[in-house]
Amino acid sequence: MAYPSNYRYTKEHEWVAPNGKTAKVGISDFAQNQLGDIVFVELPAVGAELKAGDALGTVESVKAVSEVYAPIAGKVKAINDELAKKPELLNQDPQGAAWMVEMELSDPADVNKLMDAPAYEKFVAEAAH
Amino acid sequence: MSDTPAPATSPIRKTALNAMHRQMGGKMTEFGGWDMPVEYSGIIPEHRAVRERAGLFDVSHMGELAVRGHEALALVQHVTSNDASRLSLDQAQYSGLMTAQGTFVDDLLVHKFTDEHYWLVVNAGNCTKDFSYILAQNHFQAQVDNVSDGYTQLAIQGPRALAILQPLTSIALAPIKYYWFTIGKVLGVECIISRTGYTGEDGFELYFDPEHSEKVWTGLLEAGKSSGILPCGLGARNTLRMEAGMALYGHEIDDTTTPLEAGLGWITKLNKPEFLGQAVIEKQQQEGIRRKLVGFEMTEPGIGREGYPVLIGGKPVGHVTSGGPIPGQNRNVGMAYVPVELASPGAGIEIQIRARTVKAKQVPLPFYKRAR
Repeated sequence: MAYPSNYRYTKEHEWVAPNGKTAKVGISDFAQNQLGDIVFVELPAVGAELKAGDALGTVESVKAVSEVYAPIAGKVKAINDELAKKPELLNQDPQGAAWMVEMELSDPADVNKLMDAPAYEKFVAEAAH
Repeated sequence: MSDTPAPATSPIRKTALNAMHRQMGGKMTEFGGWDMPVEYSGIIPEHRAVRERAGLFDVSHMGELAVRGHEALALVQHVTSNDASRLSLDQAQYSGLMTAQGTFVDDLLVHKFTDEHYWLVVNAGNCTKDFSYILAQNHFQAQVDNVSDGYTQLAIQGPRALAILQPLTSIALAPIKYYWFTIGKVLGVECIISRTGYTGEDGFELYFDPEHSEKVWTGLLEAGKSSGILPCGLGARNTLRMEAGMALYGHEIDDTTTPLEAGLGWITKLNKPEFLGQAVIEKQQQEGIRRKLVGFEMTEPGIGREGYPVLIGGKPVGHVTSGGPIPGQNRNVGMAYVPVELASPGAGIEIQIRARTVKAKQVPLPFYKRAR
């Protein structure tokens, strides 16, 4: 799966889709593939204030538990309720329908500190070896 | 996102099928010092294939120790908890390799080839330790050899295992009873064909010269194609054995747990000649155990996993030894040690899952039993 060019990425395999002062956040296709069949998702409360690197939620596959971290600072504006009912959506459409939270960014310019798609693709290719 | 990194270990070992696993897209992971496939198509489809059809596992990382000589039985009896004198030729037995404290060095399968030749199949990560331990206990006229490198071990498991395997051998497989074995050719390769496995399903384990590994592996997959066989990794092996309520060394059992605590009294024959730890277990049987392994099922959303604290009435009483979702059952279950007076099917417990205390209830083990 390609990595959308309008997204930004972290070394922990989260993505950020900026949209002005807000951004949706999720996990990358590489991340879901590493985890295998996802069976449980925990998301933060709407209104939670997060700093970059704070725990954002937890994704559990049959085998493993993985923490998801906030890629940038902001306030949780919305969460994707669909994931509670259909955690497998994270395997099926990780970079689209399975967005995890929408944040109001403390500083939209922070997005530029993250990897762009070509840089992330290179990072993943190295991680795979 | 981050996973807990695997602990760094000494050189990682590879089975004869390592290149094949990679070529077939197996997701590899370190397990007990070995580079093994954790899954191919996914733990869920692989688990279901074994329950409904058939699955094939490379379990060559398991170790094999040969005990020979006219006191071979005496040594086996001394170090294991089950009664190996009850074995007939071509019969296998699940047993415990015991410490003098009545706890587990490992769990294992004892096969009897002849009166003077027993063959122990032990866990991958414990093989070297077990071998040294048995050598140290060898005050008998017995010879012990680590023959692990001489065998590839494949497990074909599931209700269609027999039908898939039968056309590949001239040995009549149906008469082989559960926990018995025979020697014969499969796909022209001389094998020990054992009706054993660790999935709770019918099936066979084949042991043969590693030279023929790819031939047998691909031959079995080819033969099972129309029956819906899937190559399986250790992920499904773990969910299958957990669902079947089977103990795993390093999880339910280790050198701090006794067979009685783990619900393995049935592999502990106190009336056989002396064995290591027997006195401790006898005493424990008379005085009673303090803790007991129980099954549990989550009754609120959440997955209780290995190591998570178990609470009763808000008070920590133990920990989860294995836990997770059961593919196809839509239940999150696990096993845990709790104080024996609090062990009661139906009784509520709580599991501490990160910041949350999540409700569960005790349920009988196993979580799955095949129809026979």
